[in-house]
Amino acid sequence: MTEPGGAAVATTPSGKARVATVWLGGCSGCHMSFLDMDEWLFEFAKLANLVYSPIVDVKEFPGNVDVTLVEGAIANEDNRELALIVRANTKTVVSFGDCAVNGNVTAMRNPLGDPIEILRRVYIDAVDRNPVIPGEEGIVPALLPKVLPLHHLIDVDVFLPGCPPPADRIQRTVTALLAGEALGERGDDIRFG
Amino acid sequence: MRERRTTVSVTFDGEEYEAYADETVMEASRRLGVEIPSLCYLEGLSVWGGCRVCVVQIAEDHRLRPACATPVAPDMEILTDTPTLRAHRKSIVELLFAEGNHVCAVCVVNGNCELQDTAVETGMDHVRYDYQAPLRAVDASHPKYLFDPNRCILCTRCVRVCHEIEGAHVWDVAYRGADAILVAEMGKPWGEATSCTWCGKCVAVCPTGALAYQGRAVGEMVHQTDIVIRLATARQHGEWIDPGEFR
Repeated sequence: MTEPGGAAVATTPSGKARVATVWLGGCSGCHMSFLDMDEWLFEFAKLANLVYSPIVDVKEFPGNVDVTLVEGAIANEDNRELALIVRANTKTVVSFGDCAVNGNVTAMRNPLGDPIEILRRVYIDAVDRNPVIPGEEGIVPALLPKVLPLHHLIDVDVFLPGCPPPADRIQRTVTALLAGEALGERGDDIRFG
Repeated sequence: MRERRTTVSVTFDGEEYEAYADETVMEASRRLGVEIPSLCYLEGLSVWGGCRVCVVQIAEDHRLRPACATPVAPDMEILTDTPTLRAHRKSIVELLFAEGNHVCAVCVVNGNCELQDTAVETGMDHVRYDYQAPLRAVDASHPKYLFDPNRCILCTRCVRVCHEIEGAHVWDVAYRGADAILVAEMGKPWGEATSCTWCGKCVAVCPTGALAYQGRAVGEMVHQTDIVIRLATARQHGEWIDPGEFR
């Protein structure tokens, strides 16, 4: 594991860093904001290969990843499993956006206790037709009793808050990480919300 | 003609200043333009000293003291920005975030919040503590205002401004420890509190989204502490000031 804010070293023969992004319990807004970096994505492509992401067609999380941006909180069994895989295969894990950093909207169910009560309210009480709680074994992952921020499950190296983090904030952070620079004083780049 | 106030020499982080002998460290720092983060403190209201964000160290013994409740003394060497202070302030803000349900993304004051600003100021990029996720009901019974205890940090600015400036004393803090909660008129829904004059001073001074106008969406609420500071300092000092200059 690298120091917080520490270096990600390019490891591919092409000299490019191996970067991944994952989408856990969140709304994908952080990924929208990632795409909002617009033409800088061409620069990004010169510096890094995107080896796993909701926006690339790779099914298995690969090994030997330099930087992984993790969007979303740990809300269900699938999130938990993938987060552990990410940690085992990534040098620098970035908690990407408020849901990963503090649970945010995803964690708003926590005060209400057992998630079954919420599922019942949404899928049984609030519907007129075919009330059923989705729960197909092996398809629909079980909700965890409590939504967790990413760093409550795995070690996180860099925190990138924001709902979503603005594109320029992502760009600054990713640029520094790929260059192996420390993030230093980040000013407003750590603002929640 | 007001009496001439005696002054004492103090230093803030090694810089010499003249402070009034009857000032607190916080009052002197605000007047002299020395930055000390704070949350429960508000110019013109009585000192509460509850949030502890304004801790400073005095070189004499390096103990932590709340700037708002510490009177200046001759030759006092005040340290406002040491690694110890930075660590404590950050921990305090993290504990505030862990204690309630502060979800900035869906808050009425997102972008206009003193708690959010203080988190940035103290370098809090995540919370190390377990979130308590308390279950607290929102009080939307008042026709004009709304109270969301999930966002309340119990700074008691509202309690003090209502008692000391408006003279109505609608608000109190009930219960203890983790159960402590702001209550209107000894525990009534706010809308049934007949002592409330609807003046809105409590809403104006709230540092978070706990007290807000009805009908505001995310980020639409802006508190107006300057109105209350202006009113309170006018009463205390007999002159109208521009709170922008005062801060």
